[in-house]
Amino acid sequence: MELDAALLSRLQFAFTVSFHIIFPSITIGLATLIAIWEGLWLKTANPVYLQLAKFWIKPFAITFGMGVVSGIVLSYEFGTNFSEFSRITGAVLGPLMAYEVLTAFFLEAGFLGIMLFGWQRVGPKLHFFATVVVAIGTWISAFWIIAANSWMHTPSGHSIVDGVFQVDSWWQVIFNPSMPYRFSHMLLAAFITATFVVLATSAWQLLHSEHKTMARKGLSMTLWLALILTPLQAFVGDLHGLNVKQHQPVKLAAMEGIWPEREAGAPLLLFAIPDKAVEKNHFEIAIPKLASLILTHDPDGELMGLKAVPANERPNVAVVFFSFRVMVGIGLLMIAVALLGAYLRWRGSLYHSRWFLTACSYLAPSGIIAVLAGWYVVEVGRQPWLVQGLVRTIDVVSPLPAERVLFSLTLFVMTYSLLFGVYLYFMRKLIKKGPPSAGQLEQQLIGVKASGYAVALAKQLKPAQEQH
Amino acid sequence: MELQLGLPLFYFLLLGFAILMYVLLDGFDLGVGILYPWFNSDAEHDHLMRSVSHVWDGNETWLVFGGVILFGAFPAAYAAIASSLYLPIMLMLIGLIFRGVSFEYRFKSHSSKIWWNRAFAIGSSLAAFCQGLMLGMLVQGVDSSGLQASSLQGLTPFSLFCGLAVMAGYALLGCTYLTMKSRGAIQQKAARYGQRLLLFVMLSMLLVSLWTLYSQADIRARWFGSVYSLALMLLPLSAILCARLLFRDLGRVQRQFAAAADINNRHESRPFWLAAALFLLAFAGLVVGLFPYLLPRQLSFYQAAAPDSSLQFMLPGVLIFVPLILAYTLWGYHIFRGKVEDFEEGY
Repeated sequence: MELDAALLSRLQFAFTVSFHIIFPSITIGLATLIAIWEGLWLKTANPVYLQLAKFWIKPFAITFGMGVVSGIVLSYEFGTNFSEFSRITGAVLGPLMAYEVLTAFFLEAGFLGIMLFGWQRVGPKLHFFATVVVAIGTWISAFWIIAANSWMHTPSGHSIVDGVFQVDSWWQVIFNPSMPYRFSHMLLAAFITATFVVLATSAWQLLHSEHKTMARKGLSMTLWLALILTPLQAFVGDLHGLNVKQHQPVKLAAMEGIWPEREAGAPLLLFAIPDKAVEKNHFEIAIPKLASLILTHDPDGELMGLKAVPANERPNVAVVFFSFRVMVGIGLLMIAVALLGAYLRWRGSLYHSRWFLTACSYLAPSGIIAVLAGWYVVEVGRQPWLVQGLVRTIDVVSPLPAERVLFSLTLFVMTYSLLFGVYLYFMRKLIKKGPPSAGQLEQQLIGVKASGYAVALAKQLKPAQEQH
Repeated sequence: MELQLGLPLFYFLLLGFAILMYVLLDGFDLGVGILYPWFNSDAEHDHLMRSVSHVWDGNETWLVFGGVILFGAFPAAYAAIASSLYLPIMLMLIGLIFRGVSFEYRFKSHSSKIWWNRAFAIGSSLAAFCQGLMLGMLVQGVDSSGLQASSLQGLTPFSLFCGLAVMAGYALLGCTYLTMKSRGAIQQKAARYGQRLLLFVMLSMLLVSLWTLYSQADIRARWFGSVYSLALMLLPLSAILCARLLFRDLGRVQRQFAAAADINNRHESRPFWLAAALFLLAFAGLVVGLFPYLLPRQLSFYQAAAPDSSLQFMLPGVLIFVPLILAYTLWGYHIFRGKVEDFEEGY
């Protein structure tokens, strides 16, 4: 078989971007949680909040580091592997990314140093300020990159001159029709991802470690958060779905597994195996009329199906169809856990229900899996287009020799597999090690002006001078 | 004419500024990584890493900034450069990945520490080498239409030597940074290595310059064929002067230590600024030769410029945020001013 450079470039981009998204999905929410804990510590002086902040800052740091290094790859990969795409859309997407770097990346990096290493160098309030800035930086970053991504789904505000895109209205480019939905959906997804990482860890700690006070606080807070955020996410997700129906009906048809050109009273498929060869589904398990009801608010409403467009304008239906079910399934599971947690709390048995805590402790990766599945729905669902309706992916790949792309793809697969293993190993290690004890925390030096700082400095200088 | 060129020229200068900031800032922390194998004990390695662990992320952001400015302001150049330098970019990224994660993992590891030491040293060296290689390939000229040609096409003695020269330059910056931020034996070692590296860097600069002048007729014409030739001679002369001062300062630091004399801080921080000045002069020399090209002899900055609507849109962002970024970056360095204290805990 002849190697296909275009396919390899696409695989490489899909692989590197999938790997990258894992880490910001965690750090956006975790930075926010750490900022909340630090703020609560400043306000209440309750050491359990400092303990939570200090415990989670380590997993946060390694996750953030992974996000940084895997993110730099992406900023060059547009040009290396999709040079024609970069050339014709650079005037639209480049400035958005420039704003991301200017308003978010530098901000995060600049204050991260103080957040991680500044405990002794600045006072508690300034440190809190640095943490808040890092958290806000992660949101701003999400804003710009989602704006750029959304424009590729629902392009607007541009014109095409000599085959090159240029911008007529930046407002329309940034706040393109799908942007507000995608941004809220993604930001909520990130908060929920972090919430379930902390929730699962706290449940595990309640079962297996001696840091019960901190674990209870962590579990309690994240269950409240889950109770608010997961139903809200279902609501926002529904709105986003309606937006897809309006602007990318083919993607929606793939999500729902609808083949006929138009289908009134479409059923909601719980399961099916879409078959593109015969253009229908096998083994359907369906709830009649529900898809139409959800998407048109009318049980007999009409939906567009895949056959409304030629086969070469349809995405890979199976990938979109199953990814969508994985995402929604996990979402429903999360809502169930949040409700169950609330019920157990009301009964007063939350911290003693071993079965519930055990179940929760397995949910750490749930948010990440849902985020990945959701992105596969979004991105695979847009194919064969790179910019919906305007630019086909296959037309704008760099004309590279296939072996060269195969070489870099192999390197990335090896590097990322290794690093992902390492990441999981260290996350496990940090979580097992647990937080510094409340006693230790009080002794830890905070601020250059703390008395301990001068003592430690004197101790260190002594041996240095004795060498002379 | 001038009005039309105004905005593209502004972004061309901004790109130059971003590259220079990147080279100076990430240069010293990559340099610390390149020097890593020449320090032996665990305590020394701890210190080296600690000295840059709070700044490497911000420093590397300038690389991303350079990339996106190229993407947003000169899309055609971004597309052509990135795809023609495919392999060195990929290898540089892999190097940056390994050295970046080793900051996080090394301090948390026990049995695997030696691997993180290697990842840090090799990753930093690989990234620096690839950057030099790309510089060399750009100067000698890449064939952007012939992407299908052999992967090894750009690997000439000249570009390979540029790779080594940039590695040595970064290591020199690293030495001067350590001279400023460290005490005792580490500082001594850094000053000693710094002197040797300086000799090598000056020789490389001479060699690369002569090589370029010999092989590239248009660059030769620019340096010697105009009325400004005499003024241009100020660049190499200033470089020699900087090198002279730098060599002397590094020597003083060593002698002071030997005599256990009072430490005069001026001599400890000045080498860093002198090394930075050397880089600035080398960069200026490069720009003199290559202006106004982004892809030498093929694509100039005004040919590659994005439409005005894009350049204007970024303008307020650049004018507001770049000064802000410089301010809080400087503030960050100020907070961690003085020597790196090994007892200070991280997070």
